[in-house]
Amino acid sequence: MRELKVLTNTFASMGGDPEVFDDTHIAHMAANGHRVLSHRDVPGVKIQAEETSEAIISTITVARGMHIQFPIHLCIGIIEPRGIQRIQTQLIVEEDASVGFLAHCLFPNVESGEHRMEAVIEIQPGARVKYLESHYQGPYGGMTVVPQALVKVGRAARYVSDFNLTTGRVGKLAIDYVIQVEEDAVAELTAKVFGRGNDEITIKEKIELNGENAKGLIKTRVAVEHEAKAELTGIMEAHAKGTRGHVDCREIVKDHAVASAVPIVKVTHPLAKVTHEAAIGAVDQKELETLMAHGLDPEQATELIVSGMLQ
Amino acid sequence: MSLVEIKKLTFEVGQTKILDDLNLTIGFQEIHALLGANGSGKSTLAYVLMGFEGYRPSSGEILFDGEDIGSLQTYERAQHGMTLAWQEPARFEGITVDQYVRLGRDGIDPRVYLRAVGLSPEAYAPRMVDKSLSGGERKRIELASVLALKPRLAILDEPASGIDMLSVQEIIAVIRAFRDEGASVLLITHVETIGLIADRASQLCAGKIIATGDPKEIADQYKKGSCVRCDGQTCLPSVSVMTNN
Repeated sequence: MRELKVLTNTFASMGGDPEVFDDTHIAHMAANGHRVLSHRDVPGVKIQAEETSEAIISTITVARGMHIQFPIHLCIGIIEPRGIQRIQTQLIVEEDASVGFLAHCLFPNVESGEHRMEAVIEIQPGARVKYLESHYQGPYGGMTVVPQALVKVGRAARYVSDFNLTTGRVGKLAIDYVIQVEEDAVAELTAKVFGRGNDEITIKEKIELNGENAKGLIKTRVAVEHEAKAELTGIMEAHAKGTRGHVDCREIVKDHAVASAVPIVKVTHPLAKVTHEAAIGAVDQKELETLMAHGLDPEQATELIVSGMLQ
Repeated sequence: MSLVEIKKLTFEVGQTKILDDLNLTIGFQEIHALLGANGSGKSTLAYVLMGFEGYRPSSGEILFDGEDIGSLQTYERAQHGMTLAWQEPARFEGITVDQYVRLGRDGIDPRVYLRAVGLSPEAYAPRMVDKSLSGGERKRIELASVLALKPRLAILDEPASGIDMLSVQEIIAVIRAFRDEGASVLLITHVETIGLIADRASQLCAGKIIATGDPKEIADQYKKGSCVRCDGQTCLPSVSVMTNN
């Protein structure tokens, strides 16, 4: 229970309401390292979680046609200064269901640790999923975070994800997502990361628009300062009639940090369309001067622009 | 004594003089219209006055309430009471209209300033100052934020561009509101009906003020083609209007 208390206290310190873990109307799973501390089902949501010495293996199923009122909270992390967490998870959202996930990934005291998430997400036809993931990794910069996901978005389904790592040090981050989108379905990926110190950020996101009229958006916002490095690859492939995809990448670079962005677009159908935009560099001079013309000094103006971009 | 005295101001890009030995004064609580063709140097003058990067003059003086502000950075000039509403204001991700109007001044009620520019606070305050706003909406928000700063000098660069014709009277009311709040206004405009509300006007041609005086006379002279094309090569400076600088 002490571990759960520490985890929920950290969650509370980030502005979360720890009472969600006591609320019987809200499904959740909480885990420290490879220990599952708590989980709860609600009508329409079934959570299975198995502890092994190598990983937590979990399956979350949202039943067909169910509209889950409150988001499912996933509170996972490592509370000790050192540790490894590997989670293999399968999320199945059955036909015409709708659900939200709030994943809180907490590593507040980790000086040296690793978190790996290997997810397979199946969103069946007509279902809707919103997956918001926020990290808090403390001040040490010793974390390695490797989120990997294969997401299958069925016909007329919708998948929206938002990955946020802007508080504390990143350490090493290597995101690798592949999203397969079927007919009339929509996938939107957003990632926001702030790298400091010698953080290393690698984000590779790929959307395959396979079905007619499928739509996809990859939106990435990264700020790096000090000696941090960021490498972003957004891949959008359009393989069917009426598909529309867009890759939107913006990186702000300060101090001696280094950033690169590689948008890759591939179109194999004459009635498909993919666009991309990328902006990398210092804070936009016009934005900066606009704020300075309002009396903000350069540091205040830069901070506001960066925090706004990562909002 | 004037709030702003610009003396022999020259700003060059390479060998080209964008502002050429320019002299101009703006009185306290004066609305001073600046007319000029595209490329005559109007926006450049605004940027030089604000001290933007890359807009440092090669010679001349800018006195603000008697103080030479040539060495001050933009934000220091703003803190002295100078500010600019851009012709095409920047967009900001993640900053709400409410936050934006509050910038630089504590304790104000943004609703007052949004209403003053004809925007519903309920509809606009929570919105982002980003690409989702139309050009006209963004311009109004810029005017609201500048008005909220209660500046001593507001430089308004084409405040009516992108604003529908039916709303021009609203913009005129906003410009007058600056003066009512105690500010002077440098009003850069192509729209005659707006320029005519000024107390005085000046015509800029190839980086020089070629005439200053009654706004109607200056507007008439401008319309007559006294400075047809100011690109540094084809410019016809007038001598017919008195300079009352």
